[in-house]
Amino acid sequence: MTRFKKQFLAGPYLLWIIGFIVIPMLLIVYYAFFSNGSFTLNNVMAITDTVNLKAIILSLKVGITSTLLCLLLSYPLALILRNINIKSQNFIVFLFMLPMWMNFMLRILAWKLLLSKNGIFNSFLVQLNLPKINILNTPQAIIFGMVYDYLPFMLLPIYNSMANIKKDYIEAAQDLGASQIRILFQIILPLTISGIISGVVMVFVPTLTSFAIAELLGGGKVLLIGNVIEHDFIQGMRWDIGSGLSFVLMLFVLVSMILSNAFSNDSKEQKGGNVIL
Amino acid sequence: MIKKVFSNLYLIIMFLFLYLPLFVLMILSFNNSKSRVVWGGFTFKWYHRCFNSETIMSAFFTTIQITLLAAVISTILGTLAAIGISAMKSKSRAIYLGATNIPLLNADIVTGISMMLLFVKFTNLSFVTVLIAHITFNIPYVILNVLPKIRSANKYTYEAALDLGATPLFAFYKVTWPEIRSGVISGFLMAVTMSLDDFSITYFTKGPGVNTLSTMLYTELRKGIKPELYALSTMLFFTVFILLLLLNFRDSKKARRQ
Repeated sequence: MTRFKKQFLAGPYLLWIIGFIVIPMLLIVYYAFFSNGSFTLNNVMAITDTVNLKAIILSLKVGITSTLLCLLLSYPLALILRNINIKSQNFIVFLFMLPMWMNFMLRILAWKLLLSKNGIFNSFLVQLNLPKINILNTPQAIIFGMVYDYLPFMLLPIYNSMANIKKDYIEAAQDLGASQIRILFQIILPLTISGIISGVVMVFVPTLTSFAIAELLGGGKVLLIGNVIEHDFIQGMRWDIGSGLSFVLMLFVLVSMILSNAFSNDSKEQKGGNVIL
Repeated sequence: MIKKVFSNLYLIIMFLFLYLPLFVLMILSFNNSKSRVVWGGFTFKWYHRCFNSETIMSAFFTTIQITLLAAVISTILGTLAAIGISAMKSKSRAIYLGATNIPLLNADIVTGISMMLLFVKFTNLSFVTVLIAHITFNIPYVILNVLPKIRSANKYTYEAALDLGATPLFAFYKVTWPEIRSGVISGFLMAVTMSLDDFSITYFTKGPGVNTLSTMLYTELRKGIKPELYALSTMLFFTVFILLLLLNFRDSKKARRQ
């Protein structure tokens, strides 16, 4: 088969892209900007309504907090996992990645159980004569659930980028008298920036946009932007407003992608500088 | 020394954070009492009820059907697409790869809604629409796993096979396939993982009465927590554990042989 003919093998995929990716996206844009055939900005501007504005601000807060917590928890974990002796290393890393393959609804179920009013957590506190906490149905519970759910998605790329660092660099730095802290900040951290960024994107986008975790751990009382959109489509039949808000959400995702790309380009240059030493 | 103690302590704390909730589910799945804190004796009755529950079992079988069908179809389409894309000039390749990135990077909820708008316009939501949606978000994972294998493969051996009189299909089977097989398999496995775990996109594209495990659990958990679900979760955990252990074991055995 010639090169020219080979390209036709991508033909079915091209039809698939147009039919199930491009046209659906255009439909969202159409519903967002046209009502009854005439152009309008009302649906997109619906984001400035008090309820919607509150929801998007809360979503950003929850998303950023969860992402930072995931990063703070998994970076030291990845460092430790990297330094375990070789024999058991693979199995231990495997154990930390395993929950990722558990259905995510079941992981939420586990948390709901722990945090509920008469759940394990509270009966433990009562045993210790401490006051009960009522965390379920608050944004904190949602952040707990999100950190629990998405931690492996942060850990995996960071661990991978750390495992790729050559031992020689670190040994060279040690030989030249660098302290542990200096090695961490001047060698390991710059070389893992790309892992951090892909971890941040993999956690931030779902935590910003998820509605299931908020619905289940927030008991329907906490509204994130994902919940507002879900209500618009499933219960309210307000497709125009829902599409407008989805469009805004797409812009948020796009901006975070552009930001992360800018960062990873910077880090590449920095990486070059550091490797030469 | 102190550093070692601290790092081990941290490992243990993180391990408990990840696994304690799952262990609690496991213990409760054998608890005769419905209470979440009182031990009422050992029982298998939740497992019985789980297997006898129409809702759980039909969701389970729907999940298996959708996952396998979507993974197989997306692996075929994705592998063909990867071969086609690798033969393209850089400009059209960039367009294809850009489009491939859309479902990967976009928020699940937006992808799900956009497809729902399309399906509602032209047909009814059903099993098939969920299948189409799953294939759509699976294909990019296949392409991204296969493409690097094609790039690192030797271009000239395939052409040499053709020059020596092999038919394109035979040359593909004998020359190209062995080089890309590992990428196709890992793409397939990723597609399976993504399909099993998806909730948002299924939620928006499913027809009435069609439920995967994720959407069934969502509906059930909104109503409350049934102990049958503890049994389901325990069984799924051990299935995943054993499958992944086997897969990893197979990989390391192969690596040792090489």
